[in-house]
Amino acid sequence: MENTNTQNRRSFLKSSMLAGGGLMLSFSWLANAQAADKMAAMNLPDQWNELNGYIKITPDNVIKIICPNPEFGQNVMTSLPMMVAEELDVDWKNVVVEMGPHDNVKLGMQFTGGSNSVRMYWKPLRNAGASARQMLIEAAAQTWGVPASEITTQTGVLLHSSGKSAKYGEMASKAATIPVPKEVKLKTPKDFSIVSHSKKNTEGVKVVTGKPLFGIDYKVDGMLIAMIQHPPAFGMKLKSFDASQALKMPGIKDIFSFKLYYDGFEQGGFDTRTSNEMIAIVGKSTWEVMNARKKIKAQWEPTGDIKETMMGRGGKREVTIPGRLETTSDQLALMAEYGKKPAQQLRKDGDPETAFINAALVIERTYNAPFLAHNTMEPMNFFAHVSEDKALVAGPLQAPGWMEPTLSKILNLPADKIEIQMTRMGGGFGRRAYGQYVYEAARISQRLKAPVKLIYTREDDMTYGIYRPMYTATYRAALDANKNLIAFHVKGGGIPENPIHANRFPAGAVDNYLAEAWEIPSNITIGAFRAPRSNFNAAAEQSFLDEVAEAMGKDPIAFRLDLLKRAKENPVGKNNEYDADRYAGVLELLREKSGWDKPENKGKKRGVAAYFCHASYAGHVVDIVMRDGQPYVEKVTSAIDCGIVVNPDAAKNMVQGAVVDGIGNAFYGALTHKNGAAEQSNFHNYRIIRHNEAPKEIDVHFVQNDIDPTGLGEPPFPPVFGAVANALYKSTGKRFYNQPFSSEMSKS
Amino acid sequence: MAKYSLKINGKTQQIDVDPSTPILWVLRDHLNMTGTKFGCGMAMCGACTVHLDGTAVRSCSLPVSAVGKQAITTIEGLSADGTHPVQKAWIEHDVAQCGYCQSGQIMSATALLKTNPNPTDEDIDNYMSGNICRCGTYLRIKEAIKAAAQK
Ligand code: FES
Ligand code: FES
Repeated sequence: MENTNTQNRRSFLKSSMLAGGGLMLSFSWLANAQAADKMAAMNLPDQWNELNGYIKITPDNVIKIICPNPEFGQNVMTSLPMMVAEELDVDWKNVVVEMGPHDNVKLGMQFTGGSNSVRMYWKPLRNAGASARQMLIEAAAQTWGVPASEITTQTGVLLHSSGKSAKYGEMASKAATIPVPKEVKLKTPKDFSIVSHSKKNTEGVKVVTGKPLFGIDYKVDGMLIAMIQHPPAFGMKLKSFDASQALKMPGIKDIFSFKLYYDGFEQGGFDTRTSNEMIAIVGKSTWEVMNARKKIKAQWEPTGDIKETMMGRGGKREVTIPGRLETTSDQLALMAEYGKKPAQQLRKDGDPETAFINAALVIERTYNAPFLAHNTMEPMNFFAHVSEDKALVAGPLQAPGWMEPTLSKILNLPADKIEIQMTRMGGGFGRRAYGQYVYEAARISQRLKAPVKLIYTREDDMTYGIYRPMYTATYRAALDANKNLIAFHVKGGGIPENPIHANRFPAGAVDNYLAEAWEIPSNITIGAFRAPRSNFNAAAEQSFLDEVAEAMGKDPIAFRLDLLKRAKENPVGKNNEYDADRYAGVLELLREKSGWDKPENKGKKRGVAAYFCHASYAGHVVDIVMRDGQPYVEKVTSAIDCGIVVNPDAAKNMVQGAVVDGIGNAFYGALTHKNGAAEQSNFHNYRIIRHNEAPKEIDVHFVQNDIDPTGLGEPPFPPVFGAVANALYKSTGKRFYNQPFSSEMSKS
Repeated sequence: MAKYSLKINGKTQQIDVDPSTPILWVLRDHLNMTGTKFGCGMAMCGACTVHLDGTAVRSCSLPVSAVGKQAITTIEGLSADGTHPVQKAWIEHDVAQCGYCQSGQIMSATALLKTNPNPTDEDIDNYMSGNICRCGTYLRIKEAIKAAAQK
């Protein structure tokens, strides 16, 4: 079977020949130097024939593939080009990869997040490769005067049955003049020779040699360094400040306060900002700016309630942001109070109320989780050079397309006068989908009329974050006299957002089901954090299911499989988001690979959890041992169904990283507040998992199938929390309901 | 301001900065050597690790005035093309995810191997625990260190 794909005309501009345009970006490093082609890459040829937005070929057969999406560790600068190269049929050794410019017309949405890159580009990039290949064939056909149907390709070489042959490079300039084919055939997975075959990180050498890849490394002549003094707490704003002493400090150019958004600005969904007025400190070097900043005498005052106009999901609306100075103990008390009030019903199947009344046993448990800071290793930063009639901004950013309209509005420049360049990111985890720091840099540069790089200190980054919300959920299960699960109820809420996914498992598997949600408005800013909402649900729900299975006297894997069987054969309700077969497949693989049923493993302190999100299925078996009197996750077995795995070794790395991240956040992650101020400010009081706390072994298995790729960056993360909680129960005899678990442990 | 003459990666560099300026910012801002990273500024993450006469130190917390004649080695000084055995092991094991912590990890690992050419898992854990990797590449770092130890 061969797939036939129709081109999306909008995404394919007319092909064109581009001479001397090898470097599309001024902010671009030499294309990736694969060992064999280091020379070719170093001496960049001056003629690149552009076959489409993603592919350029030189006469001497160097293939440049443009990566549309910014890299933040999810390996897109390798996996996306692999998809192009596969269909183009080239030798991977001859491929150099370059990060593309921001160009949503030519390069698609260019959004890194939502575990979207590979699935969003799976068809378009393979189409790009296949159509360029077709254009090369057509060029050879015209040159040789033979029908195109008689020409085949073999890793970068065009071949005709008569024995004629040519390298792609020889035909590239002609191919660039050939119209883009309307339809191309794509390979079937069994014919893949690049995709599904592990390739090393195309920027690996640059990383280990310390090349300037990251936004924080960006530098131009005459560039100034800027820092920002935000208010000391959520709910506070600037009253007045005296910078007279600070201005006298060496290297300081300017200190001023400014507003990020003008009055009446309509905030889009990714315009989240921690405070609207702040103090900028600008100088020649980072250390000088840091020192001058300490000399500023600022007065702050409560904001009171603020009214704002919000756009984004849900359309335009006026919202009131409470001025309350929040403290964690009050937040917890407030959540407990809200949890008792009537809430919004999100889904109801059957008659859960009656089922709970008639139940022989009702199990009810409440789970809590704190705000989490993203703590990307590279703190927020951005470069901006804004002049009268144009702007260049560059740095680490997950979603350039969403920042552009706001930059245009606040700088009062047309969008086509704003150039956004994307650097490699030192982590993202969702944080860099929110561009407050981009706007701040642009505002400062506009005022200084100079190139400026804004840098957040770790303290700025952590205390003025766009956090994972604080969540809670109460789960209830009703069992009849025969210990059958007859009803399931989840009621969850958060500050300021609820975690509930009403249509996910076990919805669809229980006759009587109810999901409800509530929210508490807050001035603490929140946003996406690796697998938003799922990262809490998988902890709470998967711990709860473990407890329900125990009450029913069932094995936790067998219990889940029974429910999934029901969901598959006779699903309850509509809109069940998950595929029960794929979900069960992951549990089966996990059972096999962890030796779950093997007698020798029965004594192990193990916990299991599996979850569905971002169109993929992931589960883990966690083994805990006691080490120095503390529970330690020694081994994890992981099973993932994310469809076709594009770059298996890198995918394994990603899953292992998600497991480590999950263990770290489950045990230690917490951002708490006192009178509106974050109580953690750096890694001395915000604990991050370290070498000695990582498992000795993380054994990763992928379900083998030919399903188009689904998400990978996020799905393995959420179920870690649940599996850890369940293993902790086995190891300590105690159920853990509140994150971070290390605080729970120290209480007991 | 004061003038300093620093030995960095075998070359002598002259700079004129405030004596309190940490080596991290001397490297990044004044010498345009950005391989050494800023992560926390308080010796808690290891992203800024360099060698001072072969010993791993956190450059964010090392004022330029304290360096004197000691030789500084940065990630750029291991090799520019990734041919140092530790860099090679990192490439071979495809360690990096975002890569931001890796200069610091590599500098710590190199210093470890210098004093302990055959570290056990526990030695690695103990030595490397000052270096945070937010992407969670710890297992591969350990594998890479053990592979480099064989060389
Ligand atoms: S930046 Fe020096 S240890 Fe973190
Ligand atoms: S690779 Fe991202 S922090 Fe280590």
